Amino acid sequence: METIEKIERLDKKRAEGHHKHREIQRTSITLKVLRGNRAAGERTKYDLFEVPVQRSTTVLDALLYAKQYQDHSIGIRYSCRMASCGSCGMKINGIPRLACYTKVSELEGGVITVEPLANFPHIRDLVTDFEQFFAHHKNMQPYIHNDEADMDTKQVNRMSEFMQSPDDVDKFLQFSYCIKCGLCYSACPTVATDTRFPGPQALAQAYRYFIDNRDNASKERLDKVDDRHGIFRCHFAGSCSTVCPKGVDPALGIQLLRGHLLGFSSNEKKKAELKDRSKQ
Amino acid sequence: METSSSPADRDNREGIAGWLNPSRYGWERVSYWLQRLTGVGLLAYFIGHIYETSNLTGGIDAWNAMLDLTQTPLGHMILILVIGMSTFHSANGIRLIFTHGGKGLGKPGRPDYPYDAVSLNYRQKSGIWIALILAAVAMLYGASVLFGGE
Repeated sequence: METIEKIERLDKKRAEGHHKHREIQRTSITLKVLRGNRAAGERTKYDLFEVPVQRSTTVLDALLYAKQYQDHSIGIRYSCRMASCGSCGMKINGIPRLACYTKVSELEGGVITVEPLANFPHIRDLVTDFEQFFAHHKNMQPYIHNDEADMDTKQVNRMSEFMQSPDDVDKFLQFSYCIKCGLCYSACPTVATDTRFPGPQALAQAYRYFIDNRDNASKERLDKVDDRHGIFRCHFAGSCSTVCPKGVDPALGIQLLRGHLLGFSSNEKKKAELKDRSKQ
Repeated sequence: METSSSPADRDNREGIAGWLNPSRYGWERVSYWLQRLTGVGLLAYFIGHIYETSNLTGGIDAWNAMLDLTQTPLGHMILILVIGMSTFHSANGIRLIFTHGGKGLGKPGRPDYPYDAVSLNYRQKSGIWIALILAAVAMLYGASVLFGGE
């Protein structure tokens, strides 16, 4: 009964969500694409492409049509076409979005402007450099630290598993849905002016591992973000959560992590127990 | 194509210009922008205020001459703006003290499509609106006192 009520609630929410996006019917659009190889010192310009569209055409479909039939040299990065890989992030009509997840029927106006993600070094056309973004992510050590667990994957019989309750999982699961598309990094006003600020993605990942009760490096993680250019540079503009295509809500993770750092929230977590397979 | 672009261009950072357009990302971004703007405005006012009060050291005539400057329609308008800025900055600042400590944001869970960020919930939006309404009421009261006469 409870499950049925939950499904009904979700259906209602979906219907309301779809209602919010007015569908605009068109047979063609003009793509205004930023072009240029800034890494090679070229100036950028906009090229216009007239593209036929249908109700379900995404911005990525439109770009690939232009690339296939009008200009093969359009530089674009994409892979899965289903909002799973996070490769096709770009600024669409001024807002960071995934091109594969944005239908042209959702966008106002006959001209759709497509630009590379802001706050990432530009390589060519719509392709940006994610090196710094990934460096911030890696700096948060996005993996479980636990000295008690045997991590030797060759000794399967000696490996153990952690026992976690659904409540334990719910605390971090949302943040583990991050696909590292960089939309939050591009929308963040602090990243726009401070290259050393880790950005919403990395800070949310710091919280994801901080709150995971299999991890025992809470202090190290707090020390990492408690920096002059660290978590205190976030001023909760919330833009990261507005643009996130996977519902990760990085702003929530950052504020909750800061709550722990400031002592607003309890820093104690019940450690996940290890179940030794060899004793089964 | 023409050549040359500076390393700053290649970095493609929005910079301060990124702060100046609050309309793209919803009310929280507007609140962020207003909080910054009012903060800078209040800082400018405090510097002016220190200069104003420092005229006390020049004696009663210098002080009265400075006071006369504030008793003009422009001086009153600036004071009304200061009232609005300080009220919004304080009320919104109290909301931010709680949110920065992770309070009033809701709990993490399993996101369902269409994704609505729990951190951008009705409590936050209400807080922003309350700060805006309080600022408007304070400005109206200030205007009625300053322009209402004796």
